[in-house]
Amino acid sequence: MNAAVADFHTYKLIGAGLAAMGMIGAGIGLGVLFGNYLQAAIRNPAGAASQQTMLFLGMALTETMGLFAFVVSLLILFGV
Amino acid sequence: MAEQPAIDPMHQFMIHKIVQGPVFQLGGLTVDMSITNSVASMLAAAVMLVVFFALTARGEVVPNRAQALVEALYNIVDRVLVTPIIGHGGRAYIPYLFTLFMVILTLNLMGVVLAVGNVAGLSLTFTVTSQLAITATLAVLTFFSVFILGFIKHGPKFLTLFASSGMPPALLIFMVPIEMISYFVRPLTLAMRLFGNMLGGHVVMSLFGSFVVALGILALSGGVATLAFVPSALSFTLIVGLTGLELVVAILQAFVFAALATVYLNEVVNFGHGH
Repeated sequence: MNAAVADFHTYKLIGAGLAAMGMIGAGIGLGVLFGNYLQAAIRNPAGAASQQTMLFLGMALTETMGLFAFVVSLLILFGV
Repeated sequence: MAEQPAIDPMHQFMIHKIVQGPVFQLGGLTVDMSITNSVASMLAAAVMLVVFFALTARGEVVPNRAQALVEALYNIVDRVLVTPIIGHGGRAYIPYLFTLFMVILTLNLMGVVLAVGNVAGLSLTFTVTSQLAITATLAVLTFFSVFILGFIKHGPKFLTLFASSGMPPALLIFMVPIEMISYFVRPLTLAMRLFGNMLGGHVVMSLFGSFVVALGILALSGGVATLAFVPSALSFTLIVGLTGLELVVAILQAFVFAALATVYLNEVVNFGHGH
């Protein structure tokens, strides 16, 4: 492996790691989402069950942002 | 020290042929009809689903255990998703949504539950939903069915979906392209979500599985390295927990896919009122 190829490989790994940092946002988002749901559910337990579908929908949409970062990271690792 | 097995978490997603089928040209494309491990898993899922429905869909007033199970699953789609989100007008679409839910649920669960067969390196099972081609097919099918249904039901008026009512006309120049992008990115997000969740979960499980073996072998070399049994045992404990988590994710992702399909359908069925 010559130096240029080795450099390319190294930067690829660094780039994949940086791309995966996008998942931090999704982690924070999920924490806010479930934290707020729990808070609301404790304040008004009667209304909690009816909002569970919305909770999972919100979870799915929030999670997507993190998964984009994950997929970009995989693309850098295996695609390019 | 014994030779370390290679840690290769992506190996489980490799497609390999089981039975060679006919290969032919179709309009410049090479079509390979071979039975791969992916195709075999899907066939197995199809057979399981057909047998499951044949055994359970009885429609008796007092359900037996099997019918109670399928009714519980049906209620997830009917009473949790379609009726609260769309209302009565959505009942016509329950068969499609329920099929979607059951297919994804079966494929997801097969990847987790039957993965026990992979322990001895037999690679008996394959998580079909961890292939982007499969999830993209399901997502594109769902998205364009809903989009075309919008035109069938409402005609060209359906395009006003991209222009929210009560907005100053000057803003429309900016809002319509943004709305269109956020609308047409839906099949992409639908496919990515299922694919990413299944792929990610299985990679993590496979990684911790490799840790158990690799650290265990390291510990067997004796001396200070014996301490490696501790992280090896910890990894094993984690795998047990992760398997439970993956079971939840498998069910949840099938639910979420059906839920989002329901929300997209809602825009078509209840077009013009509300919002």
